[in-house]
Amino acid sequence: MAEVLVLAELNPAGGGVRKTTLEALTAARALGEPSAVVIAAPGTAAGIKDALAEYGAATVYVAEAPEVDEFLVAPKAEVLAQLVQEKSPTAVVIPSSPEGKEIAARLAIKIGSGFLTDVTEIAADGTATQVAFAGSVIVHSKVTAGTPIYTLRGNSVTPEPAAGAGAEQAVSVSVSDAAKGAKVTDRVVEQKSSRPELTEASIVVSGGRGVASAENFSIIEGLADSLGAAVGASRAAVDSGFYPHTFQVGQTGKTVSPNLYVAVGISGAIQHRAGMQTSKTIVAINKDPEAPIFELADFGVIGDLNTVVPAATEQINARK
Amino acid sequence: MNIVVLVKQVPDSGSERKMDPADNTVARAAADNVVNEIDEYAIEEALVVKEAQGGEVTVLTVGPDSATDAIRKALSMGADKAVHVSDEAIKGSDAVQISAVLAAALGQLEFDLVICGAEATDSQMSVMPALLAERLGLPQLSGARKLTVDGGVAKIERQTDGGYWAVEAPLPAIVSTWDTINEPRYPSFKGIMAAKKKPVETKTLADLGLDASTVGLANATTQVVDFAGRPPKGEGVKVTDEGDGAQKFVDFLAGQKIV
Repeated sequence: MAEVLVLAELNPAGGGVRKTTLEALTAARALGEPSAVVIAAPGTAAGIKDALAEYGAATVYVAEAPEVDEFLVAPKAEVLAQLVQEKSPTAVVIPSSPEGKEIAARLAIKIGSGFLTDVTEIAADGTATQVAFAGSVIVHSKVTAGTPIYTLRGNSVTPEPAAGAGAEQAVSVSVSDAAKGAKVTDRVVEQKSSRPELTEASIVVSGGRGVASAENFSIIEGLADSLGAAVGASRAAVDSGFYPHTFQVGQTGKTVSPNLYVAVGISGAIQHRAGMQTSKTIVAINKDPEAPIFELADFGVIGDLNTVVPAATEQINARK
Repeated sequence: MNIVVLVKQVPDSGSERKMDPADNTVARAAADNVVNEIDEYAIEEALVVKEAQGGEVTVLTVGPDSATDAIRKALSMGADKAVHVSDEAIKGSDAVQISAVLAAALGQLEFDLVICGAEATDSQMSVMPALLAERLGLPQLSGARKLTVDGGVAKIERQTDGGYWAVEAPLPAIVSTWDTINEPRYPSFKGIMAAKKKPVETKTLADLGLDASTVGLANATTQVVDFAGRPPKGEGVKVTDEGDGAQKFVDFLAGQKIV
């Protein structure tokens, strides 16, 4: 069976692989038999090998060396290119984080391939689905040169277990000087949160300009916590200083595709829709009945968020 | 400190954008075209560095003749000159091919820094700095929310989920900026007038030493097979809160088995 290389993405906070890796392993099975590739600091693979096997990895290639994390993107692309040359896989699938997309880009140049970013589905014939223009257009695309490389958008595929052998195979790593140009000297976490990561969360509750103040975002957080959700914010809310930019959903922020997206006090400008339009179920709470967000909503409440949201939070908590 | 800023003209993300059914590419000719929004932050950052350290800011764009508007905008903000790569054969090229064109154009310029926006609103790939860094063998400092340049070294804060990575590289380097990095200036009247007299050099593929058979839709490394508008969502339920809005919202969630 054709081999598909799947690059494992690690949880930056430690603690195993990101869900996006399991999604990529699942999507890769449409094309062949997935093998996972772990390119990370020494000692990483041991803790994640079982999860990779559980989601179908026949082989787990382990490329561990300190340099791959000390420099930005280039070393990982180099190791992956070396592996592609050795194994001649039928395709490469990479989780679609900023780093993942950049690894895909560099890999494409190194191996003379085309690449598709942020695909939401990969068909058996290699055709991939992408959404364009703020989610308003659905596009089917193909790689027409070299070994196809795909980056898979988070939350597009439901991870499904499928036992793989998970046979470990060590890969020797030698990072060239050319790949050591951009040195990562520090990794700083400014916002520690017990909430799920925005792009991974199955429920997202976002607040907009209608929330009216930074302090008032606590009611958004309250609803989010009652649902075990991540918190997002519209650009208007971020620009007004209500909530940090890290949580911005939209054209110049994060793109999310959760099972449930709750838009609170968000009008639904195209800039925002770009980041959430592909959510499976959308709920809007807004006092303006004409707000464009209602066009997208499966369920809408026309009302004052300051009364509706706290009351709903209380009821959800009471159900637990 | 000589800086090249990469600028892309894109269909305005605030107006309706379309694909061209004739060849499955972005319909650009009839679109309301503007400078890619995040590129304005890249231009601003280049001007800030130049104002502190001297040198020249050159705008580089690949695009049809109409992309002159994007160049003029950048020049009116304060960039010194521009290179416009325009060639009919480039139409329909993908990111891999455009990176080859930009790399060739950069090869004819002298620079310490290349700065571009972290993402274009039309393709949303966020890969051009990585593609160019790979082609040119230069360090990649992408996704910056802060840039400092001192003593031949560029340092950035690479924006991440919940924080940043500090990344540094010797010059020359390729930097991309998010919209958190600064607040772009508006062109002044004086700037707009001055921009009309600033030099814009137009280059063809031949000028760059590139063969037309390496670019264009027919030679692209990816192809759009087909496209369709997103199927319209079924009419949702809308209720007006009369004291029972929260209850109805929670009932809806219960119906979806979410609570």
